[in-house]
Amino acid sequence: MSLGSEEIKKIANLARLQIEESDIPGYAKNLSNILDLVEQMDSVNTDEVTPMAHPLDAVQRLRADEVTEQDQREHFQQHAPKVEDGLYLVPKVIE
Amino acid sequence: MSLHTNTLKQLSTELKSKSVSSVELTRHFLDRIEKFDGDLNSFVTVTKDHALAQAKQADELIAKGKAGPLTGIPISQKDIFCTEGIKTSCGSKMLDNFISPYNATVVEKFNQAGAVMLGKLNMDEFAMGSSNETSFYGPVSNPWNTDCVPGGSSGGSAASVAARLTPASTGTDTGGSIRQPASLCGITGLKPTYGRVSRYGMIAFASSLDQAGPITQTAEDAALMLNAMAGFDAKDSTSVEKDVPDYTADLANNLKGLKIGLPKEYFGGGLDSDVGDVINAAVDQYKKLGAEVVDIELPNSGLSVPAYYVVAPAECSSNLSRFDGVRFGYRCEDPVDLEDLYKRSRSEGFGPEVKRRIMIGAYALSAGYYDAYYLKAQKVRHLISDDFKKAFEKVDVIMGPTSPNVAFNKGERSDDPIAMYLSDIYTIATNLAGLPGMSVPAGFANNMPVGLQIIGNYFGESRLLNVAHQFQMNTDWHTLMPDVFK
Amino acid sequence: MEWETVIGLEIHTQLATTSKIFSGASTAYGAVPNTQACAVDLGLPGVLPVVNKEAITMAIKFGLAIGAEVSRHSIFARKNYFYPDLPKGYQISQMDHPIVGEGSVDIELENGNTKTIGVTRAHLEEDAGKSLHDAYDGMTGIDLNRAGTPLLEIVSEPDMRSAKEAVAYMKKIHSLVRYLEISDGNMQEGSFRCDANVSVRPKGQKEFGTRAELKNINSFKNVEKAINLEVLRQIEVIESGDEVVQETRLYDADKNETRSMRSKEEAMDYRYFPDPDLLPVEVTDAEISDIQDHLPELPAAKQARFEKDMGLSTYDAAILTVDKDLASYFEEAADKSGEAKLTANWVIGDLSGRLNKDDKTINQSPISADMLAGMLKRLAENAITSKMAKEVFEAMWNGEGDADTIIEKRGLKPADSGEVEKIIDDIIASNPDQVEQFKAGKGKVMGFFVGQVMKASKGKADPAQVNKLLTEKLK
Repeated sequence: MSLGSEEIKKIANLARLQIEESDIPGYAKNLSNILDLVEQMDSVNTDEVTPMAHPLDAVQRLRADEVTEQDQREHFQQHAPKVEDGLYLVPKVIE
Repeated sequence: MSLHTNTLKQLSTELKSKSVSSVELTRHFLDRIEKFDGDLNSFVTVTKDHALAQAKQADELIAKGKAGPLTGIPISQKDIFCTEGIKTSCGSKMLDNFISPYNATVVEKFNQAGAVMLGKLNMDEFAMGSSNETSFYGPVSNPWNTDCVPGGSSGGSAASVAARLTPASTGTDTGGSIRQPASLCGITGLKPTYGRVSRYGMIAFASSLDQAGPITQTAEDAALMLNAMAGFDAKDSTSVEKDVPDYTADLANNLKGLKIGLPKEYFGGGLDSDVGDVINAAVDQYKKLGAEVVDIELPNSGLSVPAYYVVAPAECSSNLSRFDGVRFGYRCEDPVDLEDLYKRSRSEGFGPEVKRRIMIGAYALSAGYYDAYYLKAQKVRHLISDDFKKAFEKVDVIMGPTSPNVAFNKGERSDDPIAMYLSDIYTIATNLAGLPGMSVPAGFANNMPVGLQIIGNYFGESRLLNVAHQFQMNTDWHTLMPDVFK
Repeated sequence: MEWETVIGLEIHTQLATTSKIFSGASTAYGAVPNTQACAVDLGLPGVLPVVNKEAITMAIKFGLAIGAEVSRHSIFARKNYFYPDLPKGYQISQMDHPIVGEGSVDIELENGNTKTIGVTRAHLEEDAGKSLHDAYDGMTGIDLNRAGTPLLEIVSEPDMRSAKEAVAYMKKIHSLVRYLEISDGNMQEGSFRCDANVSVRPKGQKEFGTRAELKNINSFKNVEKAINLEVLRQIEVIESGDEVVQETRLYDADKNETRSMRSKEEAMDYRYFPDPDLLPVEVTDAEISDIQDHLPELPAAKQARFEKDMGLSTYDAAILTVDKDLASYFEEAADKSGEAKLTANWVIGDLSGRLNKDDKTINQSPISADMLAGMLKRLAENAITSKMAKEVFEAMWNGEGDADTIIEKRGLKPADSGEVEKIIDDIIASNPDQVEQFKAGKGKVMGFFVGQVMKASKGKADPAQVNKLLTEKLK
């Protein structure tokens, strides 16, 4: 699979990354090479194989419904980039 | 004073006999870091005051006779583990300003064991790399030849132990990140079974592959470290509720009748012949110890790198979405709008390899490609896992090289991602399967260390450590260290 | 052309757990911003989710209540998108293997018929935080207290054909989740909200038209308004020769319009995949039957019981069982008064009317079920007349005490039959013309006599008794 610059831009946008125009050919080349490597998987037929999401065949453990966490707002926000009155601030969101 | 050539086990004995105090020991290693780490760059943060305070407390415990095996022992943490009140960078500009508000479970466990933390170790950015060259804090040097890389991503962890700047360290292994640098630096590294060590507070790269483990001089030390690290954690849903044995208990068992599987795929064309010779010699050593060698096949192992470079990037693309400049970490200056905040914070905060992997992952999961990439990779993962299951019906452990070659020069592969990815060709399959694996020093090729990889069955860490320890009882590769750091 | 409306609803109901779905932080509403957002909710580096058992149990309760297949093996997946109120950059949800599969509920139509609405699925997910727009000088403030609150998303089939049906369905689900005690259903606080997928097609056409998704509607009234507006808009678009675009639209209650949400318009690619931090949730048959055994009585069963055991009409029983608290109130009052039918009339009539007028819920009623029963008992034994009962009701509403206290204080007592007879005799005697008219067959005059007697008795006479006596005496 060979990725073009439009595709690189689309993926970058999906991942909220800003790629400089001059870096696009480099990314396109590297990502295309990686996809070529990845596509070696096509050499094996997996029609009858079930996908494996976890290395261990285990099931989810469930937690009791109890409040175990106390307010640590000051502690958590001590190094936050931009906070006012306990709210995290971001540039205005337009809906 | 040559305290640093002691193993963790020996230091533990000396501390208990009070021939040295933890504060003295800690100062000794802090001095060595000061003296040697300028060349190596293995530490991101040295926590001197914190270490000395912990050492003082440890000495009090020792004085009261309340010391455990790790009480007062200095160790160092890979900078991927969250440490409360201490910078936790994950090797990234994104977290250069991140002072973690909490401790990882692994860190808590070492604190409870009375260990002393010397500092936080350099690593590839977000553990993505095999040479420690993607770190925001610059590359780490291999103590055996400072022009060479130490391997990665736990490059700082391996180099610091190899140069005896710390008696032991922690690492994490997603595709070989403990074993490969251990191999390239001539020390012992263990990646436990997935789920054996809690991932809570360990900054995620690829959640279904990541596993923490020890990096040490010897298998015996690794056993002592794993005793402290392993165990069920209610905070980690993927952590396994299984008792932790004493990993030192089986070390002395002899290896008579041990069945070693040698996968022919691990001795193929990609393997450097000098490295192959070292591995074959190591296998011969095992035969002398009474082991039996069985030829096995892992027919799908050649697809482990391709499958891994879908699974790992897919998971990382999602895991790293939380780094958005809103609640912690790097935030770009004066964002004009929300999109600008996201895109610039992330683009300025992440390095090129991290961006590459995020993009590959986003692509593999995107509409229209999910089945061809992600689902396909999960199926291949199943095949790879089944290969091992079949193999372990016939053998007790599997052996082969950890890495196809010895440490390479800095810069040699940094522009060629594919060449870099192939550094992990022999280690990745065990992560996909979730199996435990070790790398043990087995000799030298071109004056650089070579590691023997030993792969065990699920939760077979005791057996692995026993097999490694018996080798080390009969060889001295693990005792060697580079002259310049003596 | 005649148009047909097609509606499907996605209802998000917050589950009434004490702690969040993946963390031990409190879910209490209205806390100071970010004081209930723990490390896991904030998505700090290194944190991991662990599933709350109660959220699973609650989802199963819902599944059983709508006759759905409960998945023995359900999987949490990540839905990836960037938004400031979504701390991790993904929402943990369920995609391919939801906990609740296909089921259905019945709704009552205005014409008295019943219609079955299919429920496609219901899945668990975590709620996002809240964005406070314009909080600070062109900045948006983020409060993550709500982040991680468990949500059950209930997805219907496109089975509804009018806004009224959509409202009836939404009310039915609302009633169910409150009966099951899995949600407080508080719409003001956002515990129960819905998205509506709306399309129109020429009547008789099989294929669906292009749909628009109306986001985040949080009251029954607005659901109806928003859908009706959107239907008109779509018809207008088509009739003017344009095509309806598939898009997300926001209902603005203040302006009473729906408008396109451009920010969501860019093709969303959520890149769902199984969450590697969580394992498959396995539920055993034994666990499911245990939950089944402990399900509370549901509206349909309660309605049937009210009809059968209490002799209520279907209509009354249906009204009384829509709301769980109203049903409990009724049942208590009926038990204590021993007068089910009379209680039903009063609860549906005077009490509901009064609650409505003062915008109060049944739980806020100043008249307790016990007080109402006390009054109805007196009414049933003719210790007071219906007119007096209304007076007592109003007095109880205003806090003047229970029925007996009010009856005593105000000296309320129906006139005795001798008294009434005397009044009737007087009225007959002083109205000979009307007596003649009555005897000539003008039955309507009866009303005049009753009115006069009631007036003369100052309302103390029992109208039924008056009627009976008058009929006898006028013969």
